[in-house]
Formats: sequence, C-alpha cells, structure tokens
Amino acid sequence: MKNSKILWLLGLVLVLSAFLAACGGGDDTDTGTENTDTEGTEGAEGNGGEPDSVQELNLVEGAEIPSMDSSIAEDAVAFNILNNVNEGLFRLNQENIAEPALADGEPEISEDGLTYTFKLRDANWSDGTPITANDFVYAWQRAIDPATGSPYGPYMMAGTIKNATEVSEGDMEVSELGITAEDDKTLVVELERPTPYFMSLMAFGTFYPLNEEFVTEQGDNYASNSETILYNGPFTLTNWDGTGLTWTMEKNAEYWDAETVQLETINVDVVKETSTQVNLYQSGEKDRVGLSGEFAMQYAEDPEVVKELEPTLFYLKFNQERNGEETPLANENIRKAIATGFNKQDLVDVVLANGSLPANYLVPTDFSFNEAGEDFRDINGDMLPFNAEEAKTYWEKGLEEIGETEVTMELLGGDSELAGKMDAYLKEQLETNLEGLTVNLKAVPFGVRLELDEAQDYDIQNSGWGPDYQDPMTFIDLFVTGSSHNLMSYSSEEFDNLVEQAKGELAQDAEGRWEAMAQAEKILIEEDAAIAPIYQRGIMSLQKPYVNNIIKHPFGGDYSYKWAYISGKE
Amino acid sequence: MARYIGKRLIYMFITLALIATFTFFLMKILPGSPIASADKLSPEQRAVVEARYGLDQPLPVQYFDYMFGLLQGDLGISINQFKGANVTDVILSRMGPSAQIGFQGMLLGTVLGILFGMVAALRQNTWVDYGSTIVAIIGISIPSFVFASMLQYWLGLKWDLFPVALWKDGFMSSVLPSIALAMFPLATAARFIRTEMIEVLGSDYITLAKAKGASGSEIAFKHAFRNALIPLITVLGPMAVSILTGSLVVEQIFAIPGIGEQFVKSIMVNDFSIIMGTTIFFSVFLIVVILVVDILYGVIDPRIRLSGGKS
Repeated sequence: MKNSKILWLLGLVLVLSAFLAACGGGDDTDTGTENTDTEGTEGAEGNGGEPDSVQELNLVEGAEIPSMDSSIAEDAVAFNILNNVNEGLFRLNQENIAEPALADGEPEISEDGLTYTFKLRDANWSDGTPITANDFVYAWQRAIDPATGSPYGPYMMAGTIKNATEVSEGDMEVSELGITAEDDKTLVVELERPTPYFMSLMAFGTFYPLNEEFVTEQGDNYASNSETILYNGPFTLTNWDGTGLTWTMEKNAEYWDAETVQLETINVDVVKETSTQVNLYQSGEKDRVGLSGEFAMQYAEDPEVVKELEPTLFYLKFNQERNGEETPLANENIRKAIATGFNKQDLVDVVLANGSLPANYLVPTDFSFNEAGEDFRDINGDMLPFNAEEAKTYWEKGLEEIGETEVTMELLGGDSELAGKMDAYLKEQLETNLEGLTVNLKAVPFGVRLELDEAQDYDIQNSGWGPDYQDPMTFIDLFVTGSSHNLMSYSSEEFDNLVEQAKGELAQDAEGRWEAMAQAEKILIEEDAAIAPIYQRGIMSLQKPYVNNIIKHPFGGDYSYKWAYISGKE
Repeated sequence: MARYIGKRLIYMFITLALIATFTFFLMKILPGSPIASADKLSPEQRAVVEARYGLDQPLPVQYFDYMFGLLQGDLGISINQFKGANVTDVILSRMGPSAQIGFQGMLLGTVLGILFGMVAALRQNTWVDYGSTIVAIIGISIPSFVFASMLQYWLGLKWDLFPVALWKDGFMSSVLPSIALAMFPLATAARFIRTEMIEVLGSDYITLAKAKGASGSEIAFKHAFRNALIPLITVLGPMAVSILTGSLVVEQIFAIPGIGEQFVKSIMVNDFSIIMGTTIFFSVFLIVVILVVDILYGVIDPRIRLSGGKS
C-alpha cells in the first residue's frame, strides 16, 4: 500500500515537472527566437535591449530549397533567396524598376542596341575577394554549357544573348557566347537582337556572377550547403544543411550597399501547412505567414492582412484543332461567347477569395512600366468583359455558323482543390449562360496536363503563365504562330506581324513598341478571342504591424528584404 | 535457427530485387517530368537537362545502371528535390526526426494500449472496460490530422505547454507529434489485447490454473497476456515500420524535417532517384521487421517452430 502511494507521488512530480519544463520552453520561444541555433534557454537574456535595436525578422517558406546554385535553380524559393543573398548587374528597386547594382551606373549601349558595355562597381564577395568581370563571364558560360544541365540558362539566354542557342545545343564552344571581360571592371555583352528589357533581365538569378576559383574548388560540393557558397548580396545564407527545413539570412558586412540594410537576421523555417503557419503567427514566433483557402476567407478583414497582386495570369486556352479536325472553337463567335459567358467578379470574390483580380486582359496589371513609369495596363482597357446578353448573341450566331444546336466540350484543368472548385464554377456558368452547351470537366495532375497540351488533346484548357522578364512580351509572344505554347492552332498574321515588329524594327522605339504590343494584345483578346483571360492571381499574408518595407517583386525573386526593418515591436 | 535465418536472408534479397524492379518501372510510367520548369522549356532544352541526369538513355540501360549502382550501395543523386544531393545523405538526414517521434509514439501507444486492454479484459463490462473501449474507438476513428491539429492548437498555442511546431526545442518539440502518432497503436493494441485476453481467460487451462490456486496476477501475466501478445505482434511489426518511417500528416502539421512528407513530395515531383532510394530503404526496414517478428513468435510461443517443416 505504501509503495503504491510513493509511486503515485512520484508520478505526480514527474507530470508536474514536465508541465513546468514545458512552460519554460514556451517562454523561450516567445522571447529568444534570435538564438534558435543555440539551445535557447539563455537566449532570452541576450535579448533585453531596446526592441527596435533588434532587427530580426521571422519568416516561413512553403517549400525546401532545391538548389542554391544560381545556374541550376528553377523554383520560386531558390530565386527568392538568391535575390537576397546575391546580386547581378541590376536589381529591382522599391518601385520595381531595374536599377544599377553591381553595374557602376547605366551601361554604354551601341547604336544598333546590340552591344552593352558595363562598368563594374568596386564590390566584394562575402570572403573579401573582389568581384570581377570574369565572374560574370564564368557564370553565364556555366549556365549555358550543356554539361551543366541548367534549365533556366538556355531558356533565358537563347535568342537574346549572342550565340546562346548554338552553345546550348553543343554546336559552339562556350567561349563563343556573347560575353567578354575586357578588363577586371569592364564587361561587354553582345545580343542576338535589341532587347529593351535587358536591364531587368540582369536582375534575374541566372545572370548573377560566380567566383570561378571558388566554384571549381568546391566542385560537386558547390552550393550543397550554406558554407559552400559565396555571397555578394545584402545578406548571406547560414545554417542551411542542404536538405533541411530551416535556414538563416544574416546581414552581409561585405555588401557594397550594406549601410542601407537594416535587418541583422532573418530566420526562415519551412512550414507547409497553412494552419500551422497561422498558429506560429498567433504564438508570435513568426512575423509574416501566408494565407490560403479557408484561412484567406477567415482573415480577409483582419487589419494585419497584406494583399499583394502577382503577375501571374490564368486564362482559358481554346483549342481550334484536335486530332487533325477543327473543333467548334475554330469559330470566332463560339470563342467570344465562352469568353464573355462567365462572371469573373463572382469567381474571384466567392470561389477564389484570395485577393485575386478578375482579368479582362493578358498582360498583368502592376507588372510592366514604360520609362515614364506608366503601367502597360493603362493603354488597353478591359477587353471582352463578362456580359451574359452578348455571350448569348455570340453563341446563337456561332451555333448557326457551324450548323449545330448542341455542343459538348471538354474543359481540361488541374487536380488541386482550388482548380476543381474553379472549373466546376466555370462549367455551371457556361452551361447556364449558353444554351445547348455541355461542358465535361477533366481534372488531371500537372504533368498529365502538360502532356495533353503538347499532344493538343483537349478542347478548353484552364492554363496560367508567370513572367520570365519584366516586359509585356513575355506574355504576348506565347501566342505567335508556331510558338511552343500556342498549342491550340491559333494563327493571326496581323498579330504575328505586330509581335515581329515589336521585336525587330521597333525594338529601339520604346513608344512604338509599346503601341504595337498593346495592339497585338487587343487582336488576341478582343478581336480574335483566341484565349479568354480569367483572373490575375492575388495572395494574402498576415504581417505583424512592426514589420516594414518588405518589397514584393513581379519577376525574379518574389521579395526583397534589403530595405525591410522592424519598428515598434515590444 | 542459423540455417533458417540464412534462408530468410536469401529470400529477403530476392524480394528486395523484385521490389526495386517493380518500383523502377512503375515509377517510369508516372506521367510528368522531373524538371520543375518543364512547361517553359523547349523539347531541346529539356533534353539537355535530362541528359545531365542520364534520363536520355533507353529504359533498360537506365534500369541496369541503377541496379548496378544499387548493388554497390549507390542510391544516386536527387534530380529535383535537392538537386545534386546524394540520396543516401538525404534519407539519413531525414530519418532521425521520423525515427524519434515514431519510436516515442510507438512506445507510448503500445504501452498504454496494452495497459488499457488488460485492464479492460480483467474488468470486463465495467466502466473501466467501456472507458478504454471508447478511447480505442476514438483513437481509430479520428483522423490523425484532426488530432494533431487539436493538439497543436490547444496544448501548443492556447495553453503554451509545448512548442506549436518546428523542430528546434529538442525533446519538447517531439512531444506533441509523438502523442499524435501514439493514438493509432494505442487503440489497436488495446483492442487486440482485450479481445485475446477475454478469450484466453475463458479457456479451460485458465480454469485449471485457478483450480490449482494460481494467483490472479500470475494468471493475467503468465498465461493470458503472453498468449494475447501473438496477434498483437503480428500487427505491431508492420505498424512500427510505417510509423517509424514517418507520417506525412503529422510531420507536415508540426513542420518536422522527416522522411514521410519528403517521400510523398518526391513522388509528386518525379524525383526518380529519391523515390527509388526511399522505397528501397522502407522495404529493407519492413523485411527486417517481419523477420524479427517471426523470430519473436518463437520466443513468445515455443510451439511455433522456426526451423520449419522438418520436425
């Protein structure tokens, strides 16, 4: 009897001690987050100064880093970090205009627009060695070399940098690529054709410099963890083991513009569950987290919500020829009927509810600007907006022209929950507004959709596109005749000509080029209804009020923390 | 015994080769490409990247290359998830946290489950019995993501007893995920032990033992419990493998760098070498556990002979 009492008491003590230890642990995580790599118990004391003297930001990321090698990277997480720990000739500034970074001022451009001569500013790698023109030559040659197997190297350079296509296909030596180091501080780049958006391209990760000596010395180990990389950006990466869910960015003392950088530390953890992100935000461990699905709806009116617009556009692709036969979508009126036959406002408000915008255009809003800083979107207004009456008229006319009274079409879409809801909504809208139309939904994984797209085996496809450079052309030239993305047999001579002009004779005439692209967009969307824009994606985040100046970019890395700072955190 | 184990080892090797072969070809049937930006690249550009990882070779060549590497213990390099990283390193770095929460969850669940089951059987049709049955039903029927989310919200966020998520505070970080993982083995063990023990307690030899004057605890532990363990071990073995090798849901909710969620992602992104490596790793684990379970049968119940057939 005595024994059991002692046991009982012992058990109670154990439970209590676990409880107390737990409380201690909880306090640590509230106050001592800057010491996450040490054990944390003592961390709380090192943190006792003025709150704003602690410049520390706690972030989450939705996925791991697949690669920190700027030649190999091809995903949003890597490009975002690269944008903050490295730098190219140019960088997108707080207004999202490309401004000189490692380049010392604007380059000298030859009259034909084909040769750019950059002077480099005095800047160092994180180990103190100076950045030279050869670092760029090496990095670009490495990215285009077929032996590297870079996905973005050939993609970004082909057709733009001289000889890039030939080098990437192994027909020329890498030394033939249009980039040479005249001396340590002078870099000459030769282009295939005049490229008005070339400066913004220089802000993209693939074009960042690499220190040849360091990279070759590391060999296969290069960028396998945060110790085997050299940095030249506002921050350096630390505590990343190559496969883990956690890493830190620390202010880079060697950065040429270090005095602008206020944040000392950025702690990042990969958290894939939205509910967990929100809980970590509520517990104060994280300063900014993403919202999606029901959480976006739940917090939509919260004062700490930040809404941002992404330059990603979703649209319906109308396939005009399937299995060698014309589809009903080869008829312009049928296409217009579908394009105007669904309510986009309701779709973004009720179905998506994540801050997205209804789109009656192809080139996103808040994405590309002319020299006066005007948005491309201001030129062409809304094109073919939702109008059930007009849709009905187009539809009846179209049916008459193809000699049918009933049409069945397949709508190919993604297999995510959101895609499913959206496609079901589109089906319901179209079948209600267009009498005699039956829409069959086909939801498949991304890889399958790609294969069906390539085989041109679908009627309507719910598709999306994000930009590769900061210019309307990255969207517009998707649809020229024979483009590998125009897998729907759309062909318009007028459209092709305008794109050709914008790329060719108008390349150096900023205004004329802008006009040509606007006109091309009008033909594509309004006159031909070759595609039907649906929405431009928005994202919602929760952000603590003491976080300031995280800059969202439309291209390259998603965010810059260079200008961010903490103010007013107790 | 040695002969038996030797024979089993040969079978294990054959099984493994078959699993590797089937997985390899099934995986290649999966639609899609391991190149993340495949939708942007032209076919030529894609071919260049594929050549870098040997994916341009004919399938049989890829297969024999892979199997040959496997024989030498080389699992290849990751194509997509951790580009260029050695698959063995990836698995090893992700195995630790999964094994820790898995082991703790398994231990907690089985011990409590056995306890609940025994008490329920010995006090059949009392409130103790009903109570433990209800716990068992809840453990089986509540999906782990609901249970894990509730633990996180209440014990983590609201009461601040344990970290909400993340793998940063040593043992404390592992408590909630372990509890979440413990529910299923707990419920399973409780059910099996109760059913088996009730059956055993009603059998003739227990009556005989009672008649001979054996004490209550002696009957419960020496006779009833031991017999009830056999079916339990049969299910616990494979369950231990699945829990130790990671649970996608629990790892994802608590943001733990485990192998379960990483394995699922490798399938989604067609990272062939990671899919193969992890499958083989899991298979070895499972096969070994099955062998251990078979050996344990003999230890628990001497009537089960391992040398098989020849006695």
